[in-house]
Amino acid sequence: MASTVQFDLVSPERRLASFPATEVQIPGADGDLTAMEGHAATITSLRPGVLRVVAADGIKAFIVTGGFAEISATGVSVLAEQAVPLNELTPAALDALVADACEAAAVNSDKDAADKAVADLYAMRAAAAI
Amino acid sequence: MPSLKDLKNRIGSVKNTRKITKAMQMVAAAKLRRAQEAAEAARPFAERMTAVMSALAAGVGTGEGAPKLLAGNGKDQVHLLVVMTSERGLCGGFNSSIVKLARTRAAELTAAGKTVKILTVGKKGREQLRRDWGSAFVGHVDLSEVKRVGYANAQAIAREVMAAFEAGEADVVTIFYNRFQSVISQIPTEQQVIPAKFETAGATALYDYEPSEEAILADLLPRGVATQIFTALLENGASEQGARMSAMDNATRNAGDMINRLTIQYNRSRQAAITKELIEIISGAEAL
Repeated sequence: MASTVQFDLVSPERRLASFPATEVQIPGADGDLTAMEGHAATITSLRPGVLRVVAADGIKAFIVTGGFAEISATGVSVLAEQAVPLNELTPAALDALVADACEAAAVNSDKDAADKAVADLYAMRAAAAI
Repeated sequence: MPSLKDLKNRIGSVKNTRKITKAMQMVAAAKLRRAQEAAEAARPFAERMTAVMSALAAGVGTGEGAPKLLAGNGKDQVHLLVVMTSERGLCGGFNSSIVKLARTRAAELTAAGKTVKILTVGKKGREQLRRDWGSAFVGHVDLSEVKRVGYANAQAIAREVMAAFEAGEADVVTIFYNRFQSVISQIPTEQQVIPAKFETAGATALYDYEPSEEAILADLLPRGVATQIFTALLENGASEQGARMSAMDNATRNAGDMINRLTIQYNRSRQAAITKELIEIISGAEAL
């Protein structure tokens, strides 16, 4: 049994998950990273993507649209703006997310960032389909 | 002196009122529990968010090049007051207390030569503010169709507020809401959201930041505004139900007292009428 870290996933509306995990794969803004026990204390912002958590009872996956993660040697807290467990995700909900982002991109002054968000969402949709 | 029939009707109508207020009280109690749960559930996120942001803000400071949402745009002229009230009435002094606070603040700011703009959330506050501050209204957010306040509602308000800030139409943004203390006590609160204010954080924990402190802070500040507004909306929701519950409890009790009083009056006049009739019969018999 590998050593574990305390994993918390909270969205603004509720706490979605809180359990010990052996590793947490986080879609960081600068690239994916995996946090395990003894990871250096890090705060990273998230890009839209799939968050995978390896726990004793299997792998759990969540869709996150943004926010940040706080990693310490003994715990990982992910504060997601929106988070949905992958197995509860419907294609319609995903399409709605993409549509929202496209709409935001159309009016956003920061064109690059908005386009990146849309691209990330498309990538996320591709990853989630697997 | 009202007739017996009038009294009877009156008692009937007060009884109906009591039924309604009693039902409203029970509905408010159920809604209050849900609203409190929602506020409770949102707390971990808001607390973590504030902790991380204040640590970051302490690191970055408010000097040159700091994000505008944190440092402000260097001016203090135009104040945008976001006044959050309820969509429905019959909740005691809930709306009046927020409006009163907002009104005092607006008067102070105007006296100090500042420009005041008002964004209202919830129509009850709008109605109360319209007479004195109608010309200062810049917008209104209608939540009457919203069954359950979600983060998306808060984000929409935050977007509107930030757009005004970025366009230079507002320099300082303050939100007004009722902080939920207990069923009988809600505290009208004002909270400045832009520029962001943090209690001075303690020792900054040693974290690595990815991509960089500034980038994360720039990313987090807009979310922080939305989170603060969301927290305020939830607190306000719980406060509204709490206020309504105690207001309706009072109303139910008053209706009960009124029914008692009216019943006594009814019985007395009924007895008086009977006595009068008896006297008339007896004196008629004696006269014979």
